[in-house]
Parts: sequence; structure tokens; C-alpha cells
Amino acid sequence: MSKYLFYPGCSLQRSARPYLDSLVAIKDDLDIELLEIDDWNCCGATEYISVARLPAYALNGRNLALAANQSNGTSTVVAPCSACYLNLAKTDRYMRIDPDLNASVNDALAAGGLHYDPGTVTVRHLLDIIYHQIGIEAIKRKVVRPLTGLRVAPYYGCMIVRPDYENRFGSPEYPDVLDQVLRALGATVVDFPVKTHCCGGHMTQISPPVAYELIRRLIYAADSYQADILATLCPMCQLNLDAYQDDMNKHFATDYSVPIVYFTQLMGLAFGHEPQELGLGKEMVDPRPALAKVGVAVEGMVSAETTSTKRHSQRRRKDDPSLPMPQPLIKEEDAS
Amino acid sequence: MSEQFEPVIIGFTCNWCSYRAADMAGTARIKYPPNVRLVRLMCSGRLDPTFVLKALSNGADGVLITGCHPGECHYLEQNYKALRRYHLLRRTLIGFGIEPERVKLVWASAAEGVQLAKQIAGFVDEIRALGPLAWSMPSKQQLVAEPSVMEEVPA
Amino acid sequence: MNPSQDEKERIGVYVCHCGSNIAGVVDVEDVAVWAGDKLADEGVVVSRDYKFMCSSLGQEMIEQDIAEQGLTRVVVAACSPHLHEKTFRGACARAGLNPYLSELVSIREQVSWVHTDKQKATAKAKAMIAGGVERVIEQEALEPLKVPIHPATLVVGGGIAGIQAALEIAESGSLVYLVEREPSIGGHMAQFDKTFPTLDCAACILTPKMVDAGSHPNIELYTWSEVERVDGSVGNFTVTIKKKPRYVNEELCTGCGICVEKCTRNVIDGEFEAGLGYRKAIYTPFPQAVPKYPVLDTENCTYFEKGKCKACQLLCPTGAIDFEQTEQYITVTVGNIILATGFDLFDARRVPQYGYGRLKNVFTSLEFERLSNAAGPTNGEIVLRDGVTKPESVGIIHCVGSRDRNYNNYCSVICCMQSLKFAHLVKERTGATVYNFYIDMRTAYKDYDEFYQHVMEEGTIFVRGRVAEVTDAARRSGEEDKLIIQVEDTLAGRQRRIPVDMVVLSAGLEPRRDAKQVAHTFGISCSANGWFIEKHPKLDPIATMTEGVYIAGCVQGPKDIPSSVAQGAAAAARVISRINKGEIELEPIRATVDAHKCSGCRICNDLCPFNAIVWHEDEMVTEINHALCQGCGTCVAACPAGAISGTGFSNEQVMSQIEGLLMFEQPVDLLAMAV
Repeated sequence: MSKYLFYPGCSLQRSARPYLDSLVAIKDDLDIELLEIDDWNCCGATEYISVARLPAYALNGRNLALAANQSNGTSTVVAPCSACYLNLAKTDRYMRIDPDLNASVNDALAAGGLHYDPGTVTVRHLLDIIYHQIGIEAIKRKVVRPLTGLRVAPYYGCMIVRPDYENRFGSPEYPDVLDQVLRALGATVVDFPVKTHCCGGHMTQISPPVAYELIRRLIYAADSYQADILATLCPMCQLNLDAYQDDMNKHFATDYSVPIVYFTQLMGLAFGHEPQELGLGKEMVDPRPALAKVGVAVEGMVSAETTSTKRHSQRRRKDDPSLPMPQPLIKEEDAS
Repeated sequence: MSEQFEPVIIGFTCNWCSYRAADMAGTARIKYPPNVRLVRLMCSGRLDPTFVLKALSNGADGVLITGCHPGECHYLEQNYKALRRYHLLRRTLIGFGIEPERVKLVWASAAEGVQLAKQIAGFVDEIRALGPLAWSMPSKQQLVAEPSVMEEVPA
Repeated sequence: MNPSQDEKERIGVYVCHCGSNIAGVVDVEDVAVWAGDKLADEGVVVSRDYKFMCSSLGQEMIEQDIAEQGLTRVVVAACSPHLHEKTFRGACARAGLNPYLSELVSIREQVSWVHTDKQKATAKAKAMIAGGVERVIEQEALEPLKVPIHPATLVVGGGIAGIQAALEIAESGSLVYLVEREPSIGGHMAQFDKTFPTLDCAACILTPKMVDAGSHPNIELYTWSEVERVDGSVGNFTVTIKKKPRYVNEELCTGCGICVEKCTRNVIDGEFEAGLGYRKAIYTPFPQAVPKYPVLDTENCTYFEKGKCKACQLLCPTGAIDFEQTEQYITVTVGNIILATGFDLFDARRVPQYGYGRLKNVFTSLEFERLSNAAGPTNGEIVLRDGVTKPESVGIIHCVGSRDRNYNNYCSVICCMQSLKFAHLVKERTGATVYNFYIDMRTAYKDYDEFYQHVMEEGTIFVRGRVAEVTDAARRSGEEDKLIIQVEDTLAGRQRRIPVDMVVLSAGLEPRRDAKQVAHTFGISCSANGWFIEKHPKLDPIATMTEGVYIAGCVQGPKDIPSSVAQGAAAAARVISRINKGEIELEPIRATVDAHKCSGCRICNDLCPFNAIVWHEDEMVTEINHALCQGCGTCVAACPAGAISGTGFSNEQVMSQIEGLLMFEQPVDLLAMAV
């Protein structure tokens, strides 16, 4: 069992409760132990750093200092929320490369009797842990209810991949680790072209028409790729795409209906957990028709989609004039 | 403010990689501190450790040894022999009471002018921090002026 | 001629201004005066500075001083010995002084070009000259080693550069072994349709050369072969060539093509057709292939997979199919080697945001070459991936994988002209609207810019800006079912979304995937990017630091066809001149054991990678074979008895140089302190 320091963040307490519920439900399957950082505080979300730099870093510095003190034999902090992850990681990095900032933050922390040496803990996103520490093979072994036939749009949002200093998610421009996780669950992953585009963030509060356009682009792309469902890994993205989908539809006089769930919820389903346990059913856009597809697959028929991996084995009709597509790029680390 | 200590450093280069890296730093006009004076050898494998001791005893404050990257030696594998000698030499230096950090081995390919310049600049800073070696034996000029000391110095 | 030991050497010191290259930072007049004064005790009798020492006047000055002042040693403080050592040695030789009694001190590359503080630079130049003077005193008169040149030559790589080199040498009457990894020679050029800027057909100008190379009595062609091992050195390399099994007996095969026709397996041709077309499991890459013999791809052959089929063998009229063929190793001796192993195309899938491999109608430049080639999979029809639809709009993106710090920093040279060629072909054949997305247009060389003007006049739209992404995620009407190119138009100063039917990625050129390994096999070096390093970037772009190994074409860096041909010919000219001379003079840098001093400890015995060190059990002494010794000096450094001497880099020379470099230092004087 691997142990991690756990920073849930505010959203998971309230609006993103299903994210927390589903994570708790699958943590035994993943064989991980999450040690919640005692007395953690808000990360400052997306605004604070732009408004007041030092207090924002101090806010995160406090969480890092607490985490360092409570290490319990691990120095890795896991954050499931993209904004929390980015803020914590950014603070650690900037404190490391900017001695002035480091001094100021530690001055502030000293007022609370705390101190943090940057680099003491490593901040990682939940998806990063699941992909790199648990691994695709381990996930595959846990699947008892493959999501066969479910077309999923993998949505990363903009915060975890830019910047991606450690190249943890495949590529900053076109990441693929969530694709791989979902594929391991048996789902059909659509090549979602806007996977790293912005969900609108807090534009819903500042300038709704701008937010609606950004939401529309994502929902439209998911719809045109015939995705049954969109999987996200960020509370903000889930909220915007789910809760504002109806407003967006009204604004553009459209009638899209793409349910938005957390990737951990899909993992839970595939691992055999019940929907209620995973917090499913609290969405604004009804996911039931989509999930029914998985139910059908579970009860019967269709075997998992098999893709032939053999090179050059494509058969083609004699009169087919079409030109072959290039083979997908096999990255060196995947090949090994 | 007192004038900062300017160390004198002797650098050994191999003919194929690191000397060419120095040439390249030149052609690319990459700047580095003038404290290093280079000696060209055919290969880092030619580096007789006594060359290093000679340099230190004649007034150098540090010695930089450079050669081709492992696996890229013009003579196949002689830079590995330089590496072995380097490790032994550092231990010998400790025995002499000299900080082993005064001697440094770096690899530089013929394409790495920028990297070599950076390494030189870094090494000059390191030696500056260590201060003067003050391990000199009488220089040739002193010997000429005062031949009596020559007999006391082993050849 | 040499003065006796106790007599002092008469040394001349010459300090070069190199225009302002040295004189701009180093006070050369001061250095010259200083050397004449302070180094007089060391034997300096003449010390001069001059504008350009390498000029004929500069050299004459040295010659005159040798004659009139009886100089026995010469020190020139100028540029790197890698540039002008030969020049000044020549001057000494002309004046009757053994050329190895001179020393070139590099105060340009190592002083004036890398330092800015004039005072410190001048001081360093003085120390270096003192080092040079001390060293030159210990120099010995030497004779260059003469090595005979074997008249045969190895050319590696049968692209246009290699073919050109091979033909030039063969025409001069010497034997060439031309080794090619693929089943046919021709290289990338054979895949192209038209060549810029004249738009002549690549096959029309290349095929005759391929045929010449294939049939020339002085060229031995080894296709489907690779160089496995290279031993020896200039004049006498022993090269082991691995001939991969073709499973076709070349003695019997007539190239009739029945086996290809009858083969039941269709596979995607990832090599010649760039993945855009199909070939059989037994195939010749293209109709004009040289040689004409097919090759069998065992990975996709039904017989090799399942043990039955043998259609090709049963139907071959001459019984040439041989499933039992194995690798063959051929050893040849050559005097010189030319490497012309070319480039790999940048893998456009590494830029996922441009959609290659994901979005159907995104093509690479090489795919487009095949698409527009009359002998290609669509017979030259420029169509979308469905094989039928003609595009109404095409976007061509420059600099994919080039000039991009995420991939390669360098410019791939050919992409601008290639993209212009594509734009012209699309216009001509489909009438589609064509957009070119560029960072900077680079159309240097003869007739290139005129071609650019011409393509502009044809109506191709040029958008200056780096493309952010190619996507099929439509946002507004007119974008549905199109590929949308999102780009910042830096001339208009705004973001644009341009919907097109087809996108062509002008992918850059990269060193071969195994360039490092090949460099290692031939004992040469790669730049940080992986291109092979030339001896001098301007004055000797075709030689390498390894004597007898030359480079030509894209292996040295991205270049177009005319430049590759020119380099192939230039490398050949160098080799021909070597062959004609019959021998080469090498630096006499070799190690020698003084048998009287050798204690027989054998410490040196395991140090030589060239097996030049021989142990004589009977006499208990070690000897060095000069024919094998390469002069690295590792054994010299190892000998505890000082019995091994290395000419050119003797202990005395190096020790004296160190002394000289430090002789004017004023270190803390421990003796004085002790008093």
C-alpha cells in the first residue's frame, strides 16, 4: 500500500463532493492510503495569485509547511483539484527558484510558528499518481465491469498541463494519460480535439457570454465526436460544463446534453462500485442514458473492442481508393 | 572594496573534442573569464598526473582536465583511463593537503563551446572561493637567479 | 643543423593582429615588445607583430628571419593550430627549418574572441606565448609519417550525394564500394516528384545517374547492406559490410517481377511510399530501382509466418527465390571513406496539436511528394485521404519540427522552397486556394526568390505566423467538416481561424536515428543536434577530424539537392587527389619505448585499444608497433619508468609549456615565508 499526503481542497467538501466520494470508494482498489493534511486551508483558487501575490503564496506555503511536518513517511502531496494542484506546485517551485519570495513567505509563516523549505514535499495531481504510480496494468486488473461501448471525451482542462515542467501528462499541447486510463477501463475514448481548452473558469461570474462561448466549444466538440459522456478531473471544469450547460443552451438556442462526470466515477463504475457510492446522480445533466449503455454492456453481449496491434495487417477492399493513415506514435517509454 | 582574488588555472584539453570546443567558444564569441590557460594534449589519456602536480607546484591555483564524453573518445576509450587517473589523483591530492576540488574533470564534445565556457566560468568561481593555493615551488626564474635552491628540489 | 644542447636556441616570436580580431582586445604591440625583452633569456632573439601573419608577407617575414637571423625555433601567436598550423610550418620548411620546430599559440580563439578585459587578455596572451616559447625549445625535428593510400574507396549511402561521389571517383578510374541500407539506391530524391525551383522531374534527372552507378565497372554496389565494422586508419581501412538476406539469388534473378505480381500479401509501404501506398511482401521499392532485384520482407511474408505459401518460389521462372539465404559478411580494404547517409524526416506526430496521425487530411511533406508523384499511389492526383475528393483549400505549414525549441532549433533549409513547390503544384493541379504559413521566408540561392515571386503571383496566400493548432473542432459556420488552422497572423496583428480541406506539414530534416552509432563506427563526431561535424565549417565542410573519412550531403546538415551534389563531388575530388598522390603525410605523433629504460612492468600493456603495444617475453621489454599506434599518449602517461616517449607531446614539452605558462606568476612564496 502506498501512502500519500492528501490535500482535498474546498471544492471537494461541497460542490465536488462526488469527486471525493468516488475517490474514497476506489482508493482500496488502487491500494493507496490518503492521509489528509491536518488543518489545511484554502489554496486561494484561481484569483488570489493575480490579486495579491505574497499572501497567495503564503496561503499555499502554509499548506506545504503543514504537509512537511505531518509527513508520516511520505513526502508526496496529492491534490485531486487542478487549481489546488497548480497553486501548491507553483508555490513550491517559485519558492525554490526565487530566494526573495522564499524569504518573504517564510517570514509570513514564522508568524504562525511554521517554516517551509521548498522541495521538501512533491505536489502531484491525482491523475499523475494514478497513471505513473499505480499504472495502466494495475487498473486493467481491477476492471470487473468494462465500460465497453461507452464513448468518453477525455477533458484535461487548462491547468494541469500548462506548464507541465515534468512532462507528467504526456504533452502540454495534447496530453494522453487520461485517454490511456479511460481506455484501460474499456471505454471508447474519442480523440477530443479541445481536451486542453479552457472551460471558462470564473468567467461565468464576470462575463457570462464569454463563458457560454467557451463552454459551447467544448460541449459542441464532445457532441460532434458523439461522446456519450465527458470525463473531467477538475471541480471547476465539472461545475462549469454541467451547471451552466443549460444556460449555454438557452443563450445559443441549442439543445446539447452531454453529461459531465469525474474520471474517478468512471473508474469506480468499472471497478464494480454502485453509482450511489460514487456520488453519481447529483449532476444537472442527466448521465443515466449514457450509463445505461454500460449497464447493457455489463448484462450481456458485446465483448470488449479488440484492436489488432499487428503491423501492416490491414485488409482492404480491392476497390477501396482510400490512402492509409499513419501508425500512431509509440513513445519510447510506452514501448519499454 | 578590496580587489577580488584572480586564480590562475591550467586547463588540459584533448585535441579532438575539448580543444575544439574551446575553438568553437572562440568562433562563437562566447565569453568566459581569462583565468584559464589551456594546454593541448592529443587525448585526455595523455594526461600524466604529474602534469597536474607540476601546474599546482608552479603556481596554478586549480587544474581543469577536459576530454571527450565517455563513449566518444577519438581513441575509443582512453578518456576512461583519464577518469580512473583523475579519481586516484584526487585521493593523492588529499594526501598532499590540497583540496581535491582544485582539480576538476569535465567532458566537452567538439560541439559544446557554450558548455565548456560555462564550465570554465563555474570552475573559476569555485577556485576563487577556495582562495590561493600557495603551494608553489621556486619558479624557473628563481632557480636561475638563485641556483643553490635547485639542489634541494627533486628533479 | 641543430645547435648542440648547451647552445641556446634562437627563437623568433610573431604576434598577429588578425586585423582587429586579435588587436581589438590584445595589445599586440606591447606583447611583441614584452616577448623580445622578457623572454630574451629564454632565447627569443626576434619578436615582431604584424597585421596578418598568415598573409604571404607575414610568412615571408618568418622565412627571412630564419635565413638572416639564424632562427632555430619559431613561435607564432595567432589563431587556432587547427586553422593555420600547416601554414606556418610551411613557412619554416621553405626557409629550411624543420617544420616541427614551430609552435602556434592560439591567442584569437582562446583570448581575444572570448575575453573582453583588454588588460587581462593581454596578460593572458603573454603567459601563453611564454608557454609556447618554453615548449618550442623542447620540440624535436620530425619527419611526417608517410602512409600509402589504398586506391579503393567506400561510399556509404546511395542517395544523390553518395551516387555523385561514387560516380566521380569511378570515372577517374578507381574502384568504389557503394553501400546502401535500402533495397535500392536513389535515396530521398527518388521519392520526390518535382525539384525546385526549375520543377524538373526528380526521376528524370536521377534515374540515369542511378543506372550509371548500378552499371559502372568501377562501382561495386552493395544494397540492402550496412557497414558493420571499420578497422584501420587512413590509407588502409578494413571495412566489414553486412549484406542482409534478400531471399532472392541475384545471380539468377532477372528482375522480371513475376514474384511481386503473384505475392498475395499487400502491406503498407512505410518506406518508399512514406506510408501512403501499398507494396507486396516481396517487392522492389519502385519501378526504376537499382538494382532491379526484389527483396523479401520476412516480417510480412506468409511463408515466414505460417510456413506455407511459397507462391513466389513456385512461380519464379529462374528459381531465384531462396528462403534459406542468410546474412553475408564481406570484408573490403579501402583507402578513403565518404559518408553520405542523409537525413530522416522529422516525425510530425511529435507535434500532436498539428493533428498528424489523428486528423485524416493532415499530410507530411514526404506524403505530399508521393501524392503529387505521377508514379505515386494516386498517380499524381492531389486528393484527400479518401482517395477521391479534390481539396478546395490547402494549408501548408512551414517549420514543423524546425526552428522550434521544443524540437529542433535549427532551420531545415529546404522547407520554404519545398512548401512553395507544393503550393505551385496544388494550384496547378487542383486550382485550390493555397495558404502558406511561415515564420520567415528563406529563399536564398540562385533562382529561388524568383520562384517565390512566381508563386505569389499565382495567388498563393502567405500568412506570417506560427500555427497554434490544426483542429476539426468547428466553432462557427463554415468550419464544419473542415480542418481549422488557428494562427496568429503577425502582419495583420490578429488571431485567425482558417478552414481548409487539407493540411500539409513541411516537416524538418533530422539526423538519422542511428547517426551517433554510425559516427562511432567511423570514428567521427556528431554535433549536439546529431549532424556530423566537418573539419572546418567554411574551409573544409567535407572533411572530418578523422583522416580519410569525408562527409557529403545532408549528413553534414540540412541542404538541398544542388548543395548535396556539390558536396558529393567535392568529397570525391579530395579522395581522387589522395589516390593520385598515392600516399598521405600524417602527423608523426607516435609513442616509442626506450628498451633500455623499460623495466618490463607491463603496466602499459593493457592500455592500448589499437593493440599497438607488443610484449616481448624473451627480452622482458615492451615495444610499440608504429603502424598501429595512433598517438593518443595514454601509455606515455602510464609508464612509471618514463621509458615511453611520445613525439610531439613529450613530457619535456608539456612540462616546459606548463612552466612557461606560469613563469611570470607571482604566487605566494613559501620559501620566502619560511625565512
